[in-house]
Amino acid sequence: MTNTVVDEHSALDHDHHDYEGDTLLGFWIYIMSDCILFASLFAVYAVLNGNFFGAPTPQELFELNFVAGETALLLFSSFTFGMAMLYSHKNNLQGLFSWLGVTFLLGAAFLGMELYEFYHFTHEGAGPTASGYWSAFYALVGTHGLHVFAGLIWMIVLSIHILRDGLTVTNSCRLACLSLFWHFLDVIWICVFSIVYLMGVM
Amino acid sequence: MANHSNDTHESYNAHGHGGAAHGSVKEYVIGLILSIILTVIPFGLVMAGNTGTLTLAIILLCLVAQVLVQLVFFLHMNGSSEQIWNTTSGVFIVLIVLIVVLGSIWIMNHLNHNMLLGH
Repeated sequence: MTNTVVDEHSALDHDHHDYEGDTLLGFWIYIMSDCILFASLFAVYAVLNGNFFGAPTPQELFELNFVAGETALLLFSSFTFGMAMLYSHKNNLQGLFSWLGVTFLLGAAFLGMELYEFYHFTHEGAGPTASGYWSAFYALVGTHGLHVFAGLIWMIVLSIHILRDGLTVTNSCRLACLSLFWHFLDVIWICVFSIVYLMGVM
Repeated sequence: MANHSNDTHESYNAHGHGGAAHGSVKEYVIGLILSIILTVIPFGLVMAGNTGTLTLAIILLCLVAQVLVQLVFFLHMNGSSEQIWNTTSGVFIVLIVLIVVLGSIWIMNHLNHNMLLGH
């Protein structure tokens, strides 16, 4: 009887110890499933590539300087999030919030550029309904943008949590999940700029 | 999970397990520099007006290389036993992604081809 109780206790204790690891693995598997979502959107894009139906072609509309700017913003935001994580491991809240703030601004600037680009393309006659190609384009790039938007909201909510409760086990775990998510978005963007923009212009 | 190696750790922040490991400033800076190089190469090539199969191959090569760089230096993926489940699921997803993307392109190209033959 006593043994059973002790066993259960140690099992619970072990669960508690592994809380972060299990949650991160679960979140990792979510990210992997998100990969499949993006893979199907890339497949749709590849299949509909070339179906312009009289709408402007990407060669006419894409500006690589602009895309290089977006890429730089997202790449540096990935780096600054890494810095924020290093400060969170040192329990340095000021450093964490400074770097997280920079990350948020870079992410918001990226999203602003992307929305401006969508507005510009739509204005030039290449809206989501213009052709099969542009539908696939907006579905793919827009889904990535929505993820970035979700990441920005997550950053705000998590900052409030950390300000209120400090870097508790739960909050650190959430921060680690957000870090995975944010780096993942940068990885997806690498695929987007290579396959959609660079190959679209070629 | 048979992962008892973490029982000894004092602070839970000491190291990652079953998830993301922790990096260092050096690791992030190396990752950033490599990423910048692997971004500048394809952008430079296309902006200089290069087209053709070789450019395409270099773009794809830089794409794969940069994804790997970010996985290793930013997401700290490696083959250690703590992360073996992340890496295993990652490799599995690469397989699924390849089947979905290449399979779709293959099938749709064949359909296109067959439709055109009727005319």
